[in-house]
Amino acid sequence: MKESVFTVTYNAAIAENTFRLRLEGDTGAVEKPGQFVNISVENGFLRRPISVCDRDERSLTLIYRAVGRGTRWLSERHAGDALDLLTGLGNGFDLTTAGEKPLLLGGGVGTAPLFWLARRLCAAGAEPFAALGFRTGAEVFYEEEFRALGCRVAIATEDGSRGTKGFVTDIMPEAYSEVFACGPLPMLRAVSHELRTGAQFSLEERMGCGFGACMGCTCETKAGAKRVCKDGPVFRREELPW
Amino acid sequence: MVNTKVELCGITLDNPVIAASGTFGYGYEFAEIYDINCLGTFSFKGTTFEPRFGNPTPRIAEANAGMLNAVGLQNPGVERVIAEELPKLARVFHKPVMANVSGFSVEEYAEVCRRLDGEAQIGWLEVNISCPNVHGGGMSFGTDPKLAAEVTRTVKAVTTKPVIMKLSPNAADIAEVAKACEEAGADAISLINTLLGMRIDLAKRRPVLANTTGGLSGPAVFPVALRMVWQTSHAVSIPVIGIGGVSSAEDVIEMMLAGATAVEVGAANLVRPTACRDIIDALPATMARYNIDSLSEITGGAKEWEKM
Repeated sequence: MKESVFTVTYNAAIAENTFRLRLEGDTGAVEKPGQFVNISVENGFLRRPISVCDRDERSLTLIYRAVGRGTRWLSERHAGDALDLLTGLGNGFDLTTAGEKPLLLGGGVGTAPLFWLARRLCAAGAEPFAALGFRTGAEVFYEEEFRALGCRVAIATEDGSRGTKGFVTDIMPEAYSEVFACGPLPMLRAVSHELRTGAQFSLEERMGCGFGACMGCTCETKAGAKRVCKDGPVFRREELPW
Repeated sequence: MVNTKVELCGITLDNPVIAASGTFGYGYEFAEIYDINCLGTFSFKGTTFEPRFGNPTPRIAEANAGMLNAVGLQNPGVERVIAEELPKLARVFHKPVMANVSGFSVEEYAEVCRRLDGEAQIGWLEVNISCPNVHGGGMSFGTDPKLAAEVTRTVKAVTTKPVIMKLSPNAADIAEVAKACEEAGADAISLINTLLGMRIDLAKRRPVLANTTGGLSGPAVFPVALRMVWQTSHAVSIPVIGIGGVSSAEDVIEMMLAGATAVEVGAANLVRPTACRDIIDALPATMARYNIDSLSEITGGAKEWEKM
């Protein structure tokens, strides 16, 4: 974990209510796809945890939905503005067990952390399949970006306005190696019931601190209570009680 | 050269800044980013006899200038705290530490304290009779002077360590509870625990917290805490530790002027992990600005306005 100030270089809507934020600063603590940052917002007390969508030596890309007061404030930041971040939070995905044909399942804004993961997997010679689910076509983002990395991509929307009508479970391919999933809890549970392979699930929970101190975001695992922010957010399927 | 040292129940603290229970874990998350030995001390996560998961999530909510929590005393239970957490804590913190104890019966408080009594690094027992997020325990002991006195007496009988009773602002008269604890043998009082609060999600039309209610902490509660430290320190002669929304060196001094011997910093740790260190670093210059040579001399130093 590291606390440091980043500078906004880009912040604009890329889909309905969905924003892409690029930040320049010290990215040294951000080591693995699936980790997140915790951003201080001027009009809120608690920081806002947001997963890392992509990273390089000098910059971070974050994708977030403006759903409350804090994220709306964030959506109004401009290039040149400074933001205080805690970086390098969470355990991140374990890429070593991904296999040759990893399946990436994204639900809504949960798609974001899968992008850096996909880039890393492609660079390692894997052929990821990205099955991305959204509520409606206007909320779809990064379909082309995933394709440009070399992924096969399928889209599902709940209202059928784009891609297949339904959920990510309706667009999963027949064969895959390991599954990496990030999205709302009902989606992850549904996915878990469909699978016969190993899987890593990135969980979401309301957080206080984001670094393991407050015990706010605890989840139940087979090995007892774990902190989503510190012991997770990524848990292996066999660790979870469902 | 200013002097930041204070004495708490016979143990000297390098400074009055104590990281508050429930916001500092067992110290090691913070030790990753700074040397926590700069602290006066810290109070580790509330310990019960049995392991506890706590309340269902979501159990954190945002508030203006603060936050609500309904964690509900998640902890691995006293045996694992002793076997696993304290040895790890000892690697990153080398001063006497404060053990925070909670329970659901007078006997449970006593049993947890009895087990912690043998741990050499524990300097004080902070007995939490003020958790607003559990049923049938916690706060129910802290809102009734008779029950508070009973817990105090029982705990004092099983330990030689100083006993600090942590009180609830949700009591009808917190000074009365403090007096009852003092008479029952408490060595110090700490206050305040969180104030019972609630938020509603407008879109979902239901409480934000799965527990419906939670405890409010953060800068929003500072004036309330300060007022209660003032009232309590005038009512008892044992030391009072001021807790509630402290986030700056100025807040530390204000709490001490109100009557606090030492100060706990809670919610600030969660939003700025270096909060305690930053406050400690700022103390000497802030003391100089207000002509304070020695912090231990300012406790209760605020005087009432003279009546016209």
